[in-house]
Amino acid sequence: MKIFRYLKSLTLKELLKGMTVTGKYFFKRKFTIRYPEEKTPKSDRFRGLHALRRYPNGEERCIACKLCEAVCPALAITIDSEERDDGTRRTTKYEIDLFKCIYCGFCEESCPVDSIVLTDIHEFHFESEGKNVLDKKQLLEIGDMREKEIAECRENDAEYR
Amino acid sequence: MIIDQIWMVFWTLIKIVAIVLPLIIVVAYLTYAERRVIGFMQGRMGPNRVGLFGFKLWGLAQPFADTFKLLLKEIIFPANANKFLFLLAPVITLATAFAAWAVIPFNDYLVLADINAGLVYILAMTSLGVYGVIIAGWASNSKYAILGALRSAAQIVSYEIAMGFALVGVLIASGSLNLTEIVHSQSGGIFSWFFIPLFPLFVIYFISGVAETNRAPFDVAEGESEIVAGFHVEYSGAAFALFFLGEYANMIMISALSAIMFLGGWYSPFTGDAWYAQSSIFWFLGKLSFFLLLYLWFRATFPRFRYDQIMRLGWKIFIPITIVWIMVVAVMKVYKPEWIGG
Repeated sequence: MKIFRYLKSLTLKELLKGMTVTGKYFFKRKFTIRYPEEKTPKSDRFRGLHALRRYPNGEERCIACKLCEAVCPALAITIDSEERDDGTRRTTKYEIDLFKCIYCGFCEESCPVDSIVLTDIHEFHFESEGKNVLDKKQLLEIGDMREKEIAECRENDAEYR
Repeated sequence: MIIDQIWMVFWTLIKIVAIVLPLIIVVAYLTYAERRVIGFMQGRMGPNRVGLFGFKLWGLAQPFADTFKLLLKEIIFPANANKFLFLLAPVITLATAFAAWAVIPFNDYLVLADINAGLVYILAMTSLGVYGVIIAGWASNSKYAILGALRSAAQIVSYEIAMGFALVGVLIASGSLNLTEIVHSQSGGIFSWFFIPLFPLFVIYFISGVAETNRAPFDVAEGESEIVAGFHVEYSGAAFALFFLGEYANMIMISALSAIMFLGGWYSPFTGDAWYAQSSIFWFLGKLSFFLLLYLWFRATFPRFRYDQIMRLGWKIFIPITIVWIMVVAVMKVYKPEWIGG
């Protein structure tokens, strides 16, 4: 009957129902992560800022095979190399343009000596023009700084690779 | 003699400041409460960052940050806009919103202007507020603004009628147009408040009040999805802040009026001699806060009405119900005067 529907709508029943729902949610636990203080756990495979690693004896791993440069889909990596005095081939220039980089991780996968890696650093910024290009020195510094974490993540993930 | 008159003017100015200053602070914190309450109801945190001196204080300094931001920003004038009217509009909105507070009694003696036709004065002031909206829409030289202003004008005019009829019920019940008198006729505990005999009018009054202040779910005048922000789309900086201030001052006023006319103003719901049965300004502020919470609750819950639904609700449902209930109240007043507070 139309008249009953009409009378029912006058009781505002459905509106009150809706308000009960929002009223309940008012007291429910909030799931928001308060970001700088609280952080979500990160995967061992997290692909963040790049780093170049060293061997434990301090020798840099990179042998300038240029596989990463070749595989990089965004052409973000530029490498120059020459023969060092001891006859080994090493890079003279290793630059990553972070504006071009899409953080796909192909460079890490292609690296035969586990030199270029993607760390779990994702909070970084550039303060002036041109700082988006990381050179070899900066990359090695990042690697030295985070070597422990990098090694740990690789260790944890090793059995799934 | 002349000293007395000067003192009189000065004293009135002090009283005006004593009303307007707390009102502005309450408006500031109402915006904070709104974002916080709606956030909580939607499972979010709301603003909880801005604090003082390195303490976060649950974001309590947020309204000040917002205010300073708005005041420091540039006021942009649209091309070919009528500058005079463009700046006049927010002033009208704010002035009428604040002027209506002159007759609101906070207590038995705390009232700026205890005039005998206070209710009519308030109706006049809230109706004048619509000029601010219309002028803003026209002077902005923007189609979104004019559409918003038209919608807002039509809506306010429609709901003013239902609102006026609801107030007529209160007038019949209390027999006075003076707000203090109206509260006095509700003395004697929760059962002599007007919201029981006038329940339909009470509900309709508050809902019309929500529509009157263009708040959700009646906010087609702002309608973000189709006309961006309605009549104040072209406003920025301090001018926008004035509109904001006016809108929230109106919200608080509708809540205050609901408390005064239907929930017994500053009277305690209890009777007797206990401390909680004393009438006090805190009862009034508590009732006012309850209605403000309802405003925020509505906004967190209901989707926006369609324009034709708003018109149907106002003209075909609210007005007939109020007319019928006015007759019921009149009959009660004649045959059972003890039901409506004697």
